[in-house]
Amino acid sequence: MSSPPPAGPAAVRLRGVTKRFGDLVALDALDLTVPTGACFGLLGPNGAGKSTLLALVTGAAVATSGEVEVLGELMPGAHREVLARTGLVPQLDNLDGELTCRENLDVYARLYGVPRDRRAAAVDDALALARLTDRDDAFVEELSGGMRRRLLIARGLVHTPDLVLLDEPTVGLDPQVRQELWSAIEKIRATGATTVLTTHYIEEAERLCDVVAVVSHGRLVELGSPTDLVTRHVGSEVVVEVHGDADRQGRVRAAADDRGVRHRAAGTSVVLFTDDSHALDGGDGLMAGDLDHRTRRPGNLEDVFVTLTGETL
Amino acid sequence: MTTLHAPTPAPVRNVPSRGLRWSPIAAVVHREWRVFRRVWRSLMFGSVVEPLVYLLAFGFGFGALVAEVNGIPYLDFMATGSAGIAVLFTGFFPGLINGYFRRRENHLYDALLATPTTVAEVVTGEATWTGVRTTGSAATTLAVAAALGVSLEPTVVLVLPVAFVGGFGFACLGAAFASRMRSTHQFDFVISGIVVPLFVVAGTFFPLDDAPAWLRIPAQANPLTHVVDLFRAAAFGTLAASQVLVAVAMVLVVTALSWLLAVRWLTDAMVD
Repeated sequence: MSSPPPAGPAAVRLRGVTKRFGDLVALDALDLTVPTGACFGLLGPNGAGKSTLLALVTGAAVATSGEVEVLGELMPGAHREVLARTGLVPQLDNLDGELTCRENLDVYARLYGVPRDRRAAAVDDALALARLTDRDDAFVEELSGGMRRRLLIARGLVHTPDLVLLDEPTVGLDPQVRQELWSAIEKIRATGATTVLTTHYIEEAERLCDVVAVVSHGRLVELGSPTDLVTRHVGSEVVVEVHGDADRQGRVRAAADDRGVRHRAAGTSVVLFTDDSHALDGGDGLMAGDLDHRTRRPGNLEDVFVTLTGETL
Repeated sequence: MTTLHAPTPAPVRNVPSRGLRWSPIAAVVHREWRVFRRVWRSLMFGSVVEPLVYLLAFGFGFGALVAEVNGIPYLDFMATGSAGIAVLFTGFFPGLINGYFRRRENHLYDALLATPTTVAEVVTGEATWTGVRTTGSAATTLAVAAALGVSLEPTVVLVLPVAFVGGFGFACLGAAFASRMRSTHQFDFVISGIVVPLFVVAGTFFPLDDAPAWLRIPAQANPLTHVVDLFRAAAFGTLAASQVLVAVAMVLVVTALSWLLAVRWLTDAMVD
């Protein structure tokens, strides 16, 4: 191995990793460490480089430069050792449509090298975790969208991996199914595995992750726990949101600039980073009624993200 | 730190572990077997009906015009030719069609390669299973022929290993071309450009001995020619030992090259 041994236990360690696809720079000299045992969120809009990062971790892509170390081994060279201990839950449904739920899990238990005498129990456990025990003989096409996602998760866990990678686990699912999947993902934590999940859903990152990496244009912008990031970048745990048309938003932003209150646009409203609902009262240029439609809400990772990158999720 | 246009340092490319392991190959074969158990009826139907049609139509139809070819009755000649065609078709088409759909449409390969399984092991597992199927197809074809009155020597059992190796190779060749395809329209190029010439210019329906050189020479490069020659040697004892050795060598070499090509091209297609 060409690098010195890692300084501390890390499930994933990226050192100066750049990945290009032709002229496109998907990851730009990224340094990132995922501590063992963490639930680590990669938060960023589509095209930020999140899926590329997972592809490098599994060896589906090879870094243009830099080092990708996973579970103490260098990828892609050690892919056999690494993938035997890693479970990937892809964004795209690639379940085996020619097999039943149980057969899907059995075939993957074999591919992962689960010993013969433990295979049946491993499949049963994975079915139970996905709450598909009573649908074990169903073919994939007979399952609902939520069940398919759960089976994908079960497939990634059938060999009790040390590292679980979830790529946009709840994208395109309705809120109720999302809740179901979140409880399935929380069960992964109970196994002690390190979890890395990519998401552009704020709520998902806040609910599930201890550490969130904000990525944008292939670079790491910020790293910390959701609460820390909000405190650090939103400055307060409460923000004030003023709703109104474009003219009103313009006047509110001007008044906020005048008072030195940080703000950002958010669709049909302006978010003021302050916990004082009356911070703009009597501001220059405001018209009657401009501040009537305001609400206080807790600051969230989206506020952090927009503040840091100027982009929306 | 690297900037966008600065020259990048040499990439850290660890060579992925080489060598084949039996357990993931067995898992891939097992998957094929699970699927086969559900669809074997339709596959068996094809394996029996197709040679029956060839033998009845060509063997008896064309055989009415041609009594003997290379010293054997035309039906016998045709029967072994059909067994060879069965190996080509039941080998190449699963390689091509599964290879394309599993990569581009249902993304099975993404799923398999996220496990500790290599491209070489996937290719080997799939081609091994296909080789089992081509062996079955060749055997079925000759059984149909025997039922129609073709008399076979006991050495005909040697058809089985030839059918396995040849079918393994054709499956790899199909998989190799599938790895280069960007859309289903390109099936036309592969079928017309590769399969039809392989199938026709191989001494399957007519002998090549008296054919002009422009036909005879490419036919010698066609692995199917040698598969069919070996089938005739096994079934009727028609080939000299030296010719058998050349044919065996050709089948093995083309199969090995097809495997290498499939592994190389599928790796290129799967790893960014």
